[in-house]
Amino acid sequence: MTEESFDKITRGFRGELADLVPVLQEVQKADGCLSADAIRRISGWLKISENEIFGVATFYAQFRFNPPGRRHLKVCLGTACHVRGGEQLLDTIERRLDIKPGETTADGEFDLERVACLGCCALAPVVAIDDKIYSRMSVLKLQGILDAHEDD
Amino acid sequence: MRMKTIEARRVSAEKKWKELQDNAYPVIYVGAGTCGLAAGAGDVIESIKEYLNKKKIRAKIIEVGCIGPCYLEPLVDVQMPRKPRISYSNVTPALAEKIFDSFFANEEIPKFNLAGHLGEAGIDGVPSFFDQPMIAPQVRIVLRNCGIIDPEDIDHYLARGGYEAIEKCLSMPWKDVLESVKDSGLRGRGGAGFPTWRKWLFCRETESDQRYMICNADEGDPGAFMNRSLIEGDPHALLEGMLIAAYTIGASEGFIYIRAEYPLAIERLRRAMNQMRKLGLLGNKILGSDFSFDVKIKEGAGAFVCGEETALIASIEGKRGMPRTRPPFPAVSGLWGKPTIINNVETLGTLPNIIRDGPESYSQYGTETSKGTKTFSLVGKVRRTGLIEVPMGITLRKVIYDIGGGLVKDFKAVQTGGPSGGCLSDEFLDTPIDYENLAAAGSIMGSGGLIVLDEDTCIVDMAKYFLRFTQEESCGKCVPCRVGTKHLVQMLEKICQGKGELEDLAKLEKLANAIKEGSLCGLGQTAPNPVLSSLKYFRNEFLAHVKDKRCPAAVCRDLVVYRIIKEKCTGCQRCVQVCPTQAITGPRSEPHNLDESKCIKCRSCYEVCRFDAIAGDAIIIES
Repeated sequence: MTEESFDKITRGFRGELADLVPVLQEVQKADGCLSADAIRRISGWLKISENEIFGVATFYAQFRFNPPGRRHLKVCLGTACHVRGGEQLLDTIERRLDIKPGETTADGEFDLERVACLGCCALAPVVAIDDKIYSRMSVLKLQGILDAHEDD
Repeated sequence: MRMKTIEARRVSAEKKWKELQDNAYPVIYVGAGTCGLAAGAGDVIESIKEYLNKKKIRAKIIEVGCIGPCYLEPLVDVQMPRKPRISYSNVTPALAEKIFDSFFANEEIPKFNLAGHLGEAGIDGVPSFFDQPMIAPQVRIVLRNCGIIDPEDIDHYLARGGYEAIEKCLSMPWKDVLESVKDSGLRGRGGAGFPTWRKWLFCRETESDQRYMICNADEGDPGAFMNRSLIEGDPHALLEGMLIAAYTIGASEGFIYIRAEYPLAIERLRRAMNQMRKLGLLGNKILGSDFSFDVKIKEGAGAFVCGEETALIASIEGKRGMPRTRPPFPAVSGLWGKPTIINNVETLGTLPNIIRDGPESYSQYGTETSKGTKTFSLVGKVRRTGLIEVPMGITLRKVIYDIGGGLVKDFKAVQTGGPSGGCLSDEFLDTPIDYENLAAAGSIMGSGGLIVLDEDTCIVDMAKYFLRFTQEESCGKCVPCRVGTKHLVQMLEKICQGKGELEDLAKLEKLANAIKEGSLCGLGQTAPNPVLSSLKYFRNEFLAHVKDKRCPAAVCRDLVVYRIIKEKCTGCQRCVQVCPTQAITGPRSEPHNLDESKCIKCRSCYEVCRFDAIAGDAIIIES
């Protein structure tokens, strides 16, 4: 993150502790993750220690510290999805792409995240690739979708 | 002067709404909430646009929120000029073309995939949408606009009585508003059920130069989406509710703490707030009165515990979202030490209706102690899944069988209250739903998730699922919750692996009770509920795992095997093709073999046998 783009992000804020989470969110939106460099900059700007920032950032599930893949795979494991077989979908992806939740494939194509609920429980189980939600999934449907994405 | 602006705007809004009802050209409504989009509404909208372009038909497309029966999504309503609005279910792009061909080319009302008409006037051969079995027993108060109006058009909200309640409030002393809310019997819809008016009074009576009004839209219970649907379908209802609450407690600043996982809801709120600002409904001197109030959106960063009031406040303050001891309660000392009220989305969305139509309009529904209506997300193994609003006091049987249409297989349990709730067996089907009854049964009302489980669901696995969730979401501040939930998960894992012993059940119970009593906040205090309630009502299932090393529902992976029934298998080779570990072999047209030592129980063969195979059902999972 360059000094200029960091300044652009912080411009809309007052520089109070309450701005920490929103600024972390903005930085992650711009960079895809929270780099050590970005945390150093925030530390200087808010005048709080890097430790404190890491303490807050690691508390929340949203923040990641390694670069994401080009495409984001999210497997919903909310109750409704769990009951309808979400775990099997996660297994399928883990096995096929050889990654665990929180990791990115070696070629940087996909990262994988398990989420607690995407809020479309009536259409469970669901999987999301980037912003597109695939509903009423099965292991086979998922294989088909991954095939199609790999051909892209 | 501002008052006049809104009056003039309401007149024009009503005119606009009337014109939409007596439409000169066709209007097409598409349910495009997150659920509708997930079901494929986006592609349907594209195909409709293309169709209209190609045929040079002038029509208006309106994207509405979720009307409730998610199992019918995507829903598309067609309203021909000066005709009633007719709704079609499970619409695909191809089906949309068929529907429009019928309407536009043949001038005939298509009778396939018909969900019903939405207008007041009836129409021959088309039943009313609201008469269908899923909708008829419902009472729609807070959801009255969802799926009906364009959530991005403030005029639609205004034309249907929107912002009348805040106008009314501004001419009343705050005490009278509080009295109305008290008379309505409204209790907090976030789950705990504390009387809304009493919380407000604590806040108002605390001397302070500043008070805060916070909306808790951090809908974290997995399996619950009532708040998302309300915000996406009717964002102004929530915002008007916030104005009413802020006026009554005397707050000038507010926050909406909303999950970042709900991007569409956030976008709808931002748009609605801009519209309000232009009409003087937000900011300084609202509608020309002495009341000033402004709202900021805070996106939650993914922590379930932030649904707890004090954790939510810590999170807004920029800290780790960890709860603190109460008292002092936030109503006395909350955000930055100032009196703060935190209300749930549904609580706030209900307020405009209570004020506008009077408290009796709300309190006429419900039981002695729990008044009004409650929204639930009805999901799991019921036939008709979706978002519902029912009067308090309705029985679970009515909800599951009349509204939900029952199950395909046999009923086993209903899970209420999310990770803080419990699994109730069939003996509770005739229990009226209210705060007290659900608590007495060992569950809680919670925010409104109702997950129906059938014989294919393993109760022990469910308990493990919820405990794993709360264990991961435990903030780690107090020992009973941090260490206790970890141990509960390990014990449940052991049982699911068939390594449990009889004495483990007593240990589970003892530890669960200790966590309940010793934890600091609601998360820990309720986390053991799934274990305790299932041990109480489904002890036999635990015993099957522990004594017989069997999982009756054939779910727990270490206790099940996949088997091919030779007599049924036609040797079509579909399972051979999908098996990722080459565990299934066999030549075409001969029954296949499944090598158990290679099988990773991924379910692919099971699914393919049911949907693609020639004979089908030849592969079974058994314990």
